[in-house]
Amino acid sequence: MNMSLPQPIISLNGEDISYSGSVALRDISLSIAEGEKVALIGRSGVGKTTLLRRLYQLRPKESAFVHQHYSLVSQLSVFHNIYMGRLDRYSSLHNLRNLLRPMPSHIEEIRPIAEKLSLQDKLFSKTGELSGGQQQRVGIGRALYCGGSILMADEPVSSLDLLQGKEIMALIVGAGKTVISTLHSVDLSRQFFDRIIGLREKTIFFDLPAHQISGDLLAELYG
Amino acid sequence: MLRTSLLFLLIAGAAFLAADISITTFDPWFELKRMALGLVTPDFFSLPGFGRALFNTISFALLGIAGAIVAGFVLSLFFESTLVRLFCAFIRAIHELFWAFIFMPIIGLNSLCGILAIAIPYAGVFAKVYSEIRQESDQRPAQALPAGTSRLNTFFYTTLPIIYKDLKNYTSYRFECALRSSAILGFIGLPTIGYHLETAFREGMYSQAAALLYCFYLLILSLRFWARPRLILLPLILAVFFTSWDASISLANILRFFTYDILPWPMRAEGFYAGSQAISLQPVQIVQWLKDIVVTAALPGIWNTILLTQIALVCTALFTLVMFPPACRKFYSRKVTGCAHIVLVMLRTTPEYILAYIFLQLWGPSMLPAIIALFLHNGGILAYLTARNVNLMQLPFDTSRKRLNRYFYEVLPRCYGQFLAFLFYRWEVIMRESAILGILGIYTLGHFIDSAISDDQLDKALVLIIITALLNMGIDTLSQKIRRSLHISAHFVARSSS
Repeated sequence: MNMSLPQPIISLNGEDISYSGSVALRDISLSIAEGEKVALIGRSGVGKTTLLRRLYQLRPKESAFVHQHYSLVSQLSVFHNIYMGRLDRYSSLHNLRNLLRPMPSHIEEIRPIAEKLSLQDKLFSKTGELSGGQQQRVGIGRALYCGGSILMADEPVSSLDLLQGKEIMALIVGAGKTVISTLHSVDLSRQFFDRIIGLREKTIFFDLPAHQISGDLLAELYG
Repeated sequence: MLRTSLLFLLIAGAAFLAADISITTFDPWFELKRMALGLVTPDFFSLPGFGRALFNTISFALLGIAGAIVAGFVLSLFFESTLVRLFCAFIRAIHELFWAFIFMPIIGLNSLCGILAIAIPYAGVFAKVYSEIRQESDQRPAQALPAGTSRLNTFFYTTLPIIYKDLKNYTSYRFECALRSSAILGFIGLPTIGYHLETAFREGMYSQAAALLYCFYLLILSLRFWARPRLILLPLILAVFFTSWDASISLANILRFFTYDILPWPMRAEGFYAGSQAISLQPVQIVQWLKDIVVTAALPGIWNTILLTQIALVCTALFTLVMFPPACRKFYSRKVTGCAHIVLVMLRTTPEYILAYIFLQLWGPSMLPAIIALFLHNGGILAYLTARNVNLMQLPFDTSRKRLNRYFYEVLPRCYGQFLAFLFYRWEVIMRESAILGILGIYTLGHFIDSAISDDQLDKALVLIIITALLNMGIDTLSQKIRRSLHISAHFVARSSS
């Protein structure tokens, strides 16, 4: 498979992964090298998110995570939501000061990220007042600000229309590091990722370069 | 929201400067030590008449609530009428203790007085909440019935089954409140557990007082086992049979109360001195009489009641914000949250009146004991509720590991709106209690009402009670307005478990 690639930064060896007490995935073996763009696909409920979370646990310090739901605080501004990517780097007192009055130094850091995501006009708007696509971009902004060499995304475009989905996907993949994402859309997976892992019946069904994925294989995966 | 919060903080700060806050007792810590000693050495065996007091506490609450359910339910059916709504707002704006004050001269200090004192304000509460529950319930099943289905059938087949659980939860929560009301009615002489508590505290018998308090906690804890719809009929029947109903109710007495005792004094003065019960209309003197009441009692009473309410409200808020994290699994382990829950449940179970009484014994009369009692009790309730809400919150798994970061960035922004809604719900409750705590010797409205009653000036007492009720209704309206303008609501969560 990927034995030719140098230095896996993430690897699992025949692991069973359980989720809230019961085994969700069996006998998972995979390794991901630096710079790879990997999509995880499969029917809903098959354990894509569970696998992604397990991968996150392997490298929590180097990873940034883009959540599907619940991660944004809709009552806070875009600025603060993005800033939350680095809470643990500063003292609580520093964070509290920045909550009450955004510090110029942090605004300087975050503004370019917001510009990249076309959120510069919304920097101090309440996140809850933004559209679904804009909110998803705030989530990506947080992951970008968090930094690290691995970006993980859980269904980052599931609530968006196709056009917006492509924009967001391009942003995520273009973050320029190792990217691992669960996805609903096979088309987007093929378009943006160079390796696709298909999950079926609690285990890995295939793990192939994107161009080798055939229609029959997909039919069997989702069948 | 932030601006509203700061405004209230500012008002409370100003009120704090204007309020009388001091410790006047000679050696508060000595008495505190004795109390603490009493708490660890409860004496369950030297309480004469205690069984009867416990029975009365339960039976007043049970019969009062039963009456309130029936009356409240009927009233709730007519709640669209402005008259009914105002009537209900008025009767629930008058505290149980004030209702007892009103009934004392009419029917005497007996079971009926206690039961009515609970039944009337609770009927007003039930009418409002039952009708709200009905209005907010899912109407679609009722609309889907065949045309021509009678209103009665519609109610029993669709509406009632849908709202039953909400009704039940709210009613059983209110039963717990009624037990607290019943207990504190003892402090003004009715034969409930509060009567013995007052005696024990006044005479410094803290071991007995502790035993009474512990029994009260046990009573509240035991509710879940017997206060159930299927079982409640038995205690209810027992209460009807074993309550002492021997009240000497005379129609003449009642008539006299309404047609003579509560008339403004100037109308009765001439006849009184002449030895007859003649009434004369004296417009000028009546205006003077009213002015006297307003200037010497109502205005200072209102001023102090508002000061106390605003300070206590903000202290309740601060206490809640500090105290809910320890009771919350998002911040602490199960061990810590378990302990925090016990503390919060104890605070919620102890009526603020009793807390205020204890602190007054310790520190002497000033607003300090009242403030602390109010924020401990109300803050205990709100912290418990807020913690429960936050436990339901889903935080991202990669959230900050530091508690303070999670508190200020993740949890507080998310729960603040609902917290404020809870708080504004309690505003009116805190004001009712602030007025009542005057009976204990601080100069809120209750103090002036209590003095008027002891001076046998029923006319004056009634005017002051009505003023207190209007003040409460005003705060209730204001609280609703603020909640609406901030778009926050607490719905059933707040009601059925606050």
